[in-house]
Amino acid sequence: MRHWLWAVASLVISVELAAAGFDYPLQPQQIATDTFVLEGKTEDFSKDNGGFIVNSGYIVTQDGVVVIDTGASRRFGEQQRALIEKTTGKKVIRVYITHHHPDHFLGNQAFSELPIYALPATTQGVQREGEMFSSNMYRLIGDWMRDTSVVAPNQVAQVGKETLGGHELEVLAFKGHTQGDLAIFDHTTGVLFAGDLVFNNRAATTPHAEIIDWLASLEQLLKLPFKVLVPGHGKITQDAEPIAQTRAYLVWLQTILQQAAANGLDMNEVMATPIPADFKAVALAQSELRRSVAHLYPALETEQLKPAKQAE
Amino acid sequence: MRPFLVFVLSSLLSPWVWADEPDPLNSPQWEFVHQRFLKGEPYQFDGKVKVEAPPDAEDSLNVPVSFQVEGLDSVQEIVVVADLNPLPQVLRFRPKVMRPNLGFRMKLQQGSPIHVAAKTADGLWHVGGVWVNAAGGGCTLPSVGTSSGDWTKTLGKVSANVWQRPDGSNRLRVRLMHPMDTGLASGIPTFHIENLKVLSQDDQVLAELDLFEPLSENPMLSFDVAKQTEFKLEGRDNNGNRIQAEVGR
Repeated sequence: MRHWLWAVASLVISVELAAAGFDYPLQPQQIATDTFVLEGKTEDFSKDNGGFIVNSGYIVTQDGVVVIDTGASRRFGEQQRALIEKTTGKKVIRVYITHHHPDHFLGNQAFSELPIYALPATTQGVQREGEMFSSNMYRLIGDWMRDTSVVAPNQVAQVGKETLGGHELEVLAFKGHTQGDLAIFDHTTGVLFAGDLVFNNRAATTPHAEIIDWLASLEQLLKLPFKVLVPGHGKITQDAEPIAQTRAYLVWLQTILQQAAANGLDMNEVMATPIPADFKAVALAQSELRRSVAHLYPALETEQLKPAKQAE
Repeated sequence: MRPFLVFVLSSLLSPWVWADEPDPLNSPQWEFVHQRFLKGEPYQFDGKVKVEAPPDAEDSLNVPVSFQVEGLDSVQEIVVVADLNPLPQVLRFRPKVMRPNLGFRMKLQQGSPIHVAAKTADGLWHVGGVWVNAAGGGCTLPSVGTSSGDWTKTLGKVSANVWQRPDGSNRLRVRLMHPMDTGLASGIPTFHIENLKVLSQDDQVLAELDLFEPLSENPMLSFDVAKQTEFKLEGRDNNGNRIQAEVGR
């Protein structure tokens, strides 16, 4: 009995110590030659996951390591960099930020002396909204954010191919999820880092979305001869299924919002729209639908109103 | 024995004994809200007052809230209060010839219980509510119209439409262009629509509303009306600017 109590007590203590250390459970997943992903959970931000809900990747070239996205906090960026440099024995030489959402760039502090590349719209987005994102993240994930501050990208990513340490990397510029969505296609390995243009079994988020542009970007992604697809959120695949799923979800979303506006529904009524069986496996579909209604519905409902007769 | 039994039964049946029941939302401000906005009058928490809002506010300046009161006769007045807002009272709604339902959007300064109380002809308030978590800050920001300076071009402009609903009623949606400044943003005085009437074409008053600062900028209101398709709107803001419009399909 006493031994049992001790076991419980020490377990409790060790759990608390681990929590106090704020260690992200980083497990590098090799997805191709020289190429790894730290796969986040398909959850919303919480004090349990510390914002590790996003896929960040790295390519180990002969000249050093290229990092794609730095996670949601200073702690994440630091732990990511330490892990990479320890396990590969190479230095990180540059960073790409796919877009300006907080789970993708708030780890930049850990890389601030390095070139951090992004599309101009991304850097502008960080400068405009970074502080607001950061304070909201303190609210959502608490102490995981300690000492995190906003570091904007310091280099402009040029569209096109560049060979770096034996990897032919192509930077592609899209929009739709945000105004600046960068994707990286490694022609040497066939890996496509799609950023948040692609979600896999996790509902797409739309705070800065233009669905028409987004769908056009997905068409372009489908034309690339990739062998491995890294979505911004969700499992890595060797097929284009996550692109098809993201496209189907966005088309459905656009359709129900337009129909609701045409039928005179109020926001809460639209938010209660049932999620079709096709998207049963898609995590957070109902809560992301509520968010998307807040983002996208005001413009659609306004289109359905007519000016009243009024004395000038 | 018998008088005692009658007393017990009548207390069970009378709503007054529930007046002290705890707020299901556990609002720290409920008693204050009750005293100030329901004037301390008798109330009961009642599932017939259904309140809808997302559990997490995506935009603290535009939190969608809607309510339906179902199965209560002769609702006189409905009050909406966000307990923890610096300006808690959102609106008062007196449906005369329309259903006691309303959809609107509001500003939240922080996560808060939102209570909706409907007073029936017997003087009893029936209270429903919902909690909304929010990043907050919605009440102390200047309106977009005021900060961009172009509100004067659209002030008081009304747009609207009317739809047939599957249940046989009609839906009237109205948007009123107005900054709805709360007075809590530095240097920007309170400036909001104070009252609004919805009338039929032959001037029958269908509903009256008192609107307060927390209602979102350019208020968007959804009413459940009867079969009418043409309406008049009359209102006034706290600076005396009039709203007068004819709306319809």
